[in-house]
Amino acid sequence: MENIEQRVKKIVAEQLGVNESEIKIESSFVDDLGADSLDTVELVMALEEEFECEIPDEEAEKITTVQQAIDYVTAHLKK
Amino acid sequence: MTRRRVVITGLGIISPVGNTVPEAWDNIVNGRSGIGEITRFDTSNFPVKIAGEVKGFDIDAYLSPKEARRMDVFIHYGMAAGIQAFKDCGLEVTESNAERIGVNIGSGIGGLPMIESTHDDYLKGGPRKISPFFIPGTIINMIAGNLSIMFGLKGPCLAMVTACTTATHCIGEAARLIQYGDVDVMVAGGAESTVTPLAVGGFASARALSTRNDDPATASRPWDKGRDGFVLGEGAGVMVLEEYEHAKARGARIYAEVVGYGMSADAYHMTAPCEDGSGAARCMTNAMRDAGMSLDEVDYINAHGTSTPLGDLAETTAVKRCFGDRAKSIAVNSTKSMTGHLLGAAGGVEAVFTTLALHHQIAPPTINIFEQDEQCDLDYVANKARPMEIRAALSNSFGFGGTNGTLAFRRI
Repeated sequence: MENIEQRVKKIVAEQLGVNESEIKIESSFVDDLGADSLDTVELVMALEEEFECEIPDEEAEKITTVQQAIDYVTAHLKK
Repeated sequence: MTRRRVVITGLGIISPVGNTVPEAWDNIVNGRSGIGEITRFDTSNFPVKIAGEVKGFDIDAYLSPKEARRMDVFIHYGMAAGIQAFKDCGLEVTESNAERIGVNIGSGIGGLPMIESTHDDYLKGGPRKISPFFIPGTIINMIAGNLSIMFGLKGPCLAMVTACTTATHCIGEAARLIQYGDVDVMVAGGAESTVTPLAVGGFASARALSTRNDDPATASRPWDKGRDGFVLGEGAGVMVLEEYEHAKARGARIYAEVVGYGMSADAYHMTAPCEDGSGAARCMTNAMRDAGMSLDEVDYINAHGTSTPLGDLAETTAVKRCFGDRAKSIAVNSTKSMTGHLLGAAGGVEAVFTTLALHHQIAPPTINIFEQDEQCDLDYVANKARPMEIRAALSNSFGFGGTNGTLAFRRI
């Protein structure tokens, strides 16, 4: 099983159409990876799907970097 | 002031008979059917199991996976045909000409596959499962929108919706914009992709579709005695229209000239054509009047010819009503005998075929005429293409709601 970081990076790569190699842990979706507002909504939906969790809108707004996504998923992952 | 002339300088096509202009034209001239069994969904419960699906289409050749995922299939087809046509015309977009180039590409129905699948997502997972790209991925004007973004086309950005006359109206109105002086270049046509349970189910429920499931290649048989409805097709047909002097000045290849455009309404019935053909006849007359064209100049008509019992007869009556004694000397063909009916894209692919008929001086055949309906007594170029002199040609489209459109083209 891939670890959370790898799974998050894979989803980010897929959703934003960037190479996984370009994605750093500190990358910002909007500033570094070229996401727009619709991309970030869809990205959160994809994270929900992958990790089988629900991310409330007010939490989703705070997820703006790869690190923040990993942190959120790690904290809320269903065991 | 004399009217500005409009010529065709670029062509693009995605269709059941091919995904490039040379491939599609080769199949059309050689009478090859693009109809087969439906592969997109399970048709076990459906009375209709055949369609003209697009085959071997590779969207990656036109869009990045990220872009493609956000657009429904009709947008893929429209973008692909639009990109082909724009590249074919060879025009370079610059800061000074961008505002003089526009787009008018419509669709009859739009993003039905994504509407159906998103509704499934919603029923399963609630509103949170609806993608933020659902709306921009399904609405009809997003071919025009996305194409203008891709090439930086800053002129009018339109998408007309008139059922099966969509693309014909889009091309006709685009030509008018050039004549009027609003723009110098328009990318125009139509796209459709609705090989889905709801569309096939809906047309089947209206008894509009052929049920010749055991012999797909001969199911679309316009003017044949055994015709039993149209065969659903999908794809896109797009052309670049350009003001004549503009095209000449840059040494562009000119396929043909758009000389006239006519419209009319049957004002009769939601889905049935008026039997006396008067609506369609007025439409053709209007196009020829607009073109300043005499009746005996028209050598070829790309008919609407959908293979429905009523429609084929009404169009035949309309051609006779419009042309009188001249009607029987005109080569009238239905390329739908090979492509099926592409709905909002039909007028687009048929405008491409009509242009190529003029360009190559060949009337394509109407295939599957085994026993011609004696009430349909025109020259339908049965079963074999015909090299012939084509000075001028018409392309007809008629849509639900009784909306009609005719384009008139001349050799150049």
